[in-house]
Amino acid sequence: MEIALSSQLQMQAVIERPRRRRRSRKSIIPGFGLTMGFTLAWLSLIVLIPLSALFLRAAGLGWSEFLAVGFSERAMAAYRISFGTVLAAAVINGVFGLLTAWVFVRYEFPGKRVLNAMVDLPFALPTAVAGIALTALYSPNGWVGRFLEPLGIKVAYTPIGITIALIFIGLPFIVRSVEPVLADVRVDVEDAALSLGARPWQVFARVILPAIMPALLTGFALALARGIGEYGSVIFIAGNMPFKSEIAPLLIVTQLEQYDYAAATAIATVMLLASFAMLLVINGIQAWTRRKVDQ
Amino acid sequence: MSARLPNHSLAVRRLLILGALVFIGFFLVLPLVAVFAEALSKGFATYGAALVEPDAISAIKLTLLVAAISVPLNVVFGLCAAWAIAKFDFRGKSVLVTLIDLPFSISPVVAGLVYVLLFGAQGWAGPWLIDHGVRIIFAVPSIVLATVLVTFPFVARELIPLMQEQGRNDEEAALALGASGFRTFLRVTLPNIRWGLLYGVLLCNARAMGEFGAVSVVSGHLRGLTNTMPLHVEILYNEYNFVAAFAVASLLALLALVTLVLKTSLEWKFGYSHRSAR
Amino acid sequence: MISLHHISKSFGAFAALHNVDLTVRDGEFLALLGPSGSGKTTLLRIIAGLAFPDEGYVRFNGEDVTELPVAERKVGFVFQQYALFKHMTVLDNVGFGLSVRSRAQRPSRAKIRARARELLDLVQLDGLGDRYPAQLSGGQQQRVALARALAVEPQLLLLDEPFGALDAKVRKELRRWLRQLHEQMGLTSIFVTHDQEEALELADRVVVLDRGVIEQIGTPEEVYMAPRSGFVSGFVGDCNSLPVTVRGGRAQFEDQALDVAVDRLRDGNARLDFRPHDVVLSENGHGLPLHVSGVYRRGGSWRVEGTVNSSGQIVEIDLDADQPAPQLGSQLAFSITRARVFAVERAH
Repeated sequence: MEIALSSQLQMQAVIERPRRRRRSRKSIIPGFGLTMGFTLAWLSLIVLIPLSALFLRAAGLGWSEFLAVGFSERAMAAYRISFGTVLAAAVINGVFGLLTAWVFVRYEFPGKRVLNAMVDLPFALPTAVAGIALTALYSPNGWVGRFLEPLGIKVAYTPIGITIALIFIGLPFIVRSVEPVLADVRVDVEDAALSLGARPWQVFARVILPAIMPALLTGFALALARGIGEYGSVIFIAGNMPFKSEIAPLLIVTQLEQYDYAAATAIATVMLLASFAMLLVINGIQAWTRRKVDQ
Repeated sequence: MSARLPNHSLAVRRLLILGALVFIGFFLVLPLVAVFAEALSKGFATYGAALVEPDAISAIKLTLLVAAISVPLNVVFGLCAAWAIAKFDFRGKSVLVTLIDLPFSISPVVAGLVYVLLFGAQGWAGPWLIDHGVRIIFAVPSIVLATVLVTFPFVARELIPLMQEQGRNDEEAALALGASGFRTFLRVTLPNIRWGLLYGVLLCNARAMGEFGAVSVVSGHLRGLTNTMPLHVEILYNEYNFVAAFAVASLLALLALVTLVLKTSLEWKFGYSHRSAR
Repeated sequence: MISLHHISKSFGAFAALHNVDLTVRDGEFLALLGPSGSGKTTLLRIIAGLAFPDEGYVRFNGEDVTELPVAERKVGFVFQQYALFKHMTVLDNVGFGLSVRSRAQRPSRAKIRARARELLDLVQLDGLGDRYPAQLSGGQQQRVALARALAVEPQLLLLDEPFGALDAKVRKELRRWLRQLHEQMGLTSIFVTHDQEEALELADRVVVLDRGVIEQIGTPEEVYMAPRSGFVSGFVGDCNSLPVTVRGGRAQFEDQALDVAVDRLRDGNARLDFRPHDVVLSENGHGLPLHVSGVYRRGGSWRVEGTVNSSGQIVEIDLDADQPAPQLGSQLAFSITRARVFAVERAH
């Protein structure tokens, strides 16, 4: 049997020799093996293996314990606060970020370029610095807080404070997503709509907004994704009272400091799944936009 | 930028500009000003003293060390990933790009936690590490690891679209003229991507030096040993030593400003524009 | 001498080349001509060693170089968009190939610069060595790319759509100049083009490709005057096609017998191709009727456009411009002096 097989193979080799099929070398550019190997190894080492460690640990908890610690009352309160404030911040950013992008793209005014560069500050400023600065501003005796205090508005150490920190963090995502797309909507188009008898608000609602909607949604989703996990800028201004102003990432840290690894793992898993969901949504929006453009 | 400006009425224009300015003022300018104002509120002497205090010095050193290790690692990774993704065709490319982006959407706290679960006393490798006297958690290695994870996509994300756009012709031309692969990379590819690379390094470095959440989870907050600058800011702040906290914070704010200035001048001078809003 | 044997190459499901055989003689100026997607660039890249065939061999002077990458084949390659290194000066671009040689074979810096200057002289760009590529016109960039490829003293020069990005006048000048250079340097040159006029004017021989297969190899005269397939006939030069029926070795258009011999074709439907200039007006009104719908001057002749039947089949014919132009709407009669008949092809 074996002999027959090998002689068959030999025959095949003889037949194929004049038109041999060779290893298909796809590119003459070298280094695929090396760079791809390093990329995959580093990705696995730094990202994939640690993340799967989290999932395996969570799976080890068992379903009932996972639900008990991952969705305890305190955890649920933390999720509510986290998601509620991040949503509020993203909505406010959606409006004012759009306004900011609009002003930068459509108008000229002194100091525009410097202010435009400032929009990236939240990308560059360490979150802890942002956190203490915002707290200093909005605490009852701070520059801004002292004017709000007599009006009965407490910002620092309440969900409003958390929202303020998340507005800071999320602002550049909206502005930087919308700006280039808005710049692509030419002023001619506005003029054309006006010449057809549309009122200014109709031009905005029916011509401009639909054009920039995918970008606005992408920015919105990016701001949400970043905001849900935000820690450094929030904890200083949040007050961190369980059930009142405790965000989910802080709860993870608290549980960890109390050596409650089960709770920390479960809550982290929930947060991570939320991140993945956001990532899917973002990719979905982008795929949808591409399809729309291709049509 | 649109070549022509719309002829909106002056009142509308002014109102909208004013709205945007107030918003930016309150949320971006004011916090930045506050950092420096608070830091200098007790005069320059107190400010200077807070910066030369031994714990502050060791925090600054540690921050520089962590950045000096993690940024080059991510540069090497970014170059490799961009080379493989931009210069070759293979299946699963978009999955790979998504995975590289993944750390952008992970909470810093979770990024720290996963290393505690791996290397902590309660973690998988923990007992073995303790037996062999290797400290990772509550020590510099875990701070580096957490920083690398958090800054993982920065350089790659900048380079991949740039190198994809530039295609393969320049490399093929160099190879056809007899250059080796490494020389081609050094003399043709690298000059083509230098501004994008610098851009990525800037953002990566800013995040690496400023990372708080992930580092906070793994560092153990050992004063003078495992405290980076952001962690030192937190400790001082929690001790109500506000002036010192803001003094150290002002250094980080300065870093942010330098980053912004360099980044903006890159954009203006070389027409290099930031591709993604992340 | 370069020979290709049974070359096949596909990208995924798309077969770019299928079983291609080709021999290129030393000193020859060869054109690879075809529409986009015909596989001509892939073939050029396989010859260069920038791409590798799935099947088949490439031989240089009898030696198998199929697996040899581009750097070891000693070829000069000029890329379609030139691929000049934009961060290097023109002189550094031209000297690049010499400067990356291993230390033992690398000339001194001064020698490299001197050689690069010589080459810039050769391509008539002396004095522009310190500029950057972005500061040059398209035609100048093209010549820098050529000088850069020539610096490594290749025996074989390969050019991918060398004139594609240039405007008509520059293109014409560069063509003539390239042909001179080819002869002066004793090169073997192969260039890819989709422009049949360019191929016919420049090349010693033309290889016509379509959908990964060589349709014909021949001198420009052969390819133009004796196209071997309907594709070649339609692609190379202006051409009229009439649907005809073949009966007993004669072609017939509608009910009119044409004086065209047909061999090797079975009776049935066929396609008759003729060039606009291969016609004569008939004095006596016999021949194909032409209802004139357009006339314009084309050099020394009138290009007359019209319909030949009631169903609106359009043809173009050339008439001597010494005679007055035919009136729009008038009726002419002409006979075809030279034509070829091809079996009806499957639709493209």
